[in-house]
Amino acid sequence: MDAIRLVFSGSGGQGVITAAIILAEAAVIYSGKNATQTQSYGAAARGGVTRTDIIISEGVINYPGVIQPNVLMTLTQEAYNATSSIVRPGGLVLTDPRFVETAKKVDAKQLELPMYEQVMTKIGKPIVYNICCLGALIGVTQILEPEAVLDVLDERIPKDFINMNHRAFDLGLVLGSQYQYRRFT
Amino acid sequence: MTETKKIRFVQGNEACVEGAMYAGLDFFAGYPITPSTEIAEHLSERLPRNGGKFIQMEDEIASMCAIVGASLTGNKVMTATSGPGFSLKQEAIGYACMAEIPCVIANVQRGGPSTGNPTHVSQGDINQARWGTHGDHSIIALTASNHQDIFEITVDAFNLAETYRTPVILLLDEAVGHMREKLVIPEKGELPIVDRLRTSLGKDVDYHPYLPREDGRLPMSDFGGEHRYNVTGLYHDMWGFPSNNPTVVNQLLRHIVDKIENNIHSITRYKEHYLEDAQYILISYGSSARSAIQLAEDRRKKGEKIGVLELQSIWPFPSEVIREKCARARAVLVVEMNMGQVMAQVKAAVEKPKRVFLANRFDGKLITPHDIKSLLRMVQGRGV
Repeated sequence: MDAIRLVFSGSGGQGVITAAIILAEAAVIYSGKNATQTQSYGAAARGGVTRTDIIISEGVINYPGVIQPNVLMTLTQEAYNATSSIVRPGGLVLTDPRFVETAKKVDAKQLELPMYEQVMTKIGKPIVYNICCLGALIGVTQILEPEAVLDVLDERIPKDFINMNHRAFDLGLVLGSQYQYRRFT
Repeated sequence: MTETKKIRFVQGNEACVEGAMYAGLDFFAGYPITPSTEIAEHLSERLPRNGGKFIQMEDEIASMCAIVGASLTGNKVMTATSGPGFSLKQEAIGYACMAEIPCVIANVQRGGPSTGNPTHVSQGDINQARWGTHGDHSIIALTASNHQDIFEITVDAFNLAETYRTPVILLLDEAVGHMREKLVIPEKGELPIVDRLRTSLGKDVDYHPYLPREDGRLPMSDFGGEHRYNVTGLYHDMWGFPSNNPTVVNQLLRHIVDKIENNIHSITRYKEHYLEDAQYILISYGSSARSAIQLAEDRRKKGEKIGVLELQSIWPFPSEVIREKCARARAVLVVEMNMGQVMAQVKAAVEKPKRVFLANRFDGKLITPHDIKSLLRMVQGRGV
């Protein structure tokens, strides 16, 4: 596989940018790959649709923007409406039925996983929602070893919150692993 | 773990910070401004921990003046800013040119003029880096397109500032400054570091701050230390005292221009991508070079002979290198995010200026490989 292109979109404050940075950092530091991460700056980061582009590759990455993502994870209806059409044919669209009602016309595998419900019933704290989503994404796509992401969490997250984040990640991972889809390239 | 510790996943602005620390930065004064803020943010933490000084000043003018003063006292110094802040720094940059004070000014470019487009990319300050301050002078301006190169070019910026006793402008841009990617921090000693050339004269010996050695270089004495001397923005003699003697004025201006222009071969930095057999050459720099390289790789797969000449030093402008590399090209496309500032220089450099075209974008978006392809196809006579 040459390169995997991902777009995460959602609303400012949901943690989509943080999730993207953790994913890309796991690829670079703990998986020996190259990765780039870019994001929308400005007003979009505070309530509007936020978007972040990630490329993970064994080789050198030049242009860092993503035109047609292999994988699109979108966490609000507004973000879904704005970005669902860009997914590569045959790619993967990952959404949460709590926030997004999907449209039929998208030419890609659409997966609706109740990630928010899992987090709220099992943990009760929405702050780790993004980490659960990241776990689900890894579970479905298998693009990185889960341990690589856990290593980043251990490094970045304050000690008192590590367990909660690990639980959120595992919840997502277990949920996502039941729906593996790896033909998104 | 030591092996993985050296690999970082950071923004371009942080790569600049790491390069500055590696080069031996002692003193930073600045005023935060998007998209350069992360440079100040990270240095505010890194510098004090490593025995350096960080000051957030009241504005950009004061920041520039502070680093000029700190440099004179024997410190390696830098400031970081963007568009409007870069405009404010111009007066003191001119002072540093005239008084020959080493300093590094990072300008993470955003859309201008004025407050312009703060959170979006531009490469519109190319000419300002050259002629932002008034009067004849010469300047060194460097740029880079990826984090490893930003690290190395930042180290280079400090080395050149010390070597030539001059301000060096680091022309980064928002896209590469905010983007995150891999950075491998070299071991100590892997990259050469140029330290301040200090006078060997003792305390009670007469020191002439502006009397060149045989090789033309001017050893410095830490201001406020062992020697008393004068520093001024006026034309000055070898003691540093003001002079309007025509011979003194003539020689000093020649000196501050020639010390850079005559060393263009040592200062020029560039990278070649698929240039050997290229029929069409893309000239680019900074983040737009990433799109140019991407397009060249994509078209190479289809058998088209496209190459990229990536400039890493913009000023002094590497006209000779460009003339030589483009001599056999059918056409040259300058890929940049302004209205043709480097293109004008390229046209002046090559033998067939009519075969130089501009593939640009200046709407705050990073130019895409597709943008360049559209123009390339027209130039190739293949339609749009």
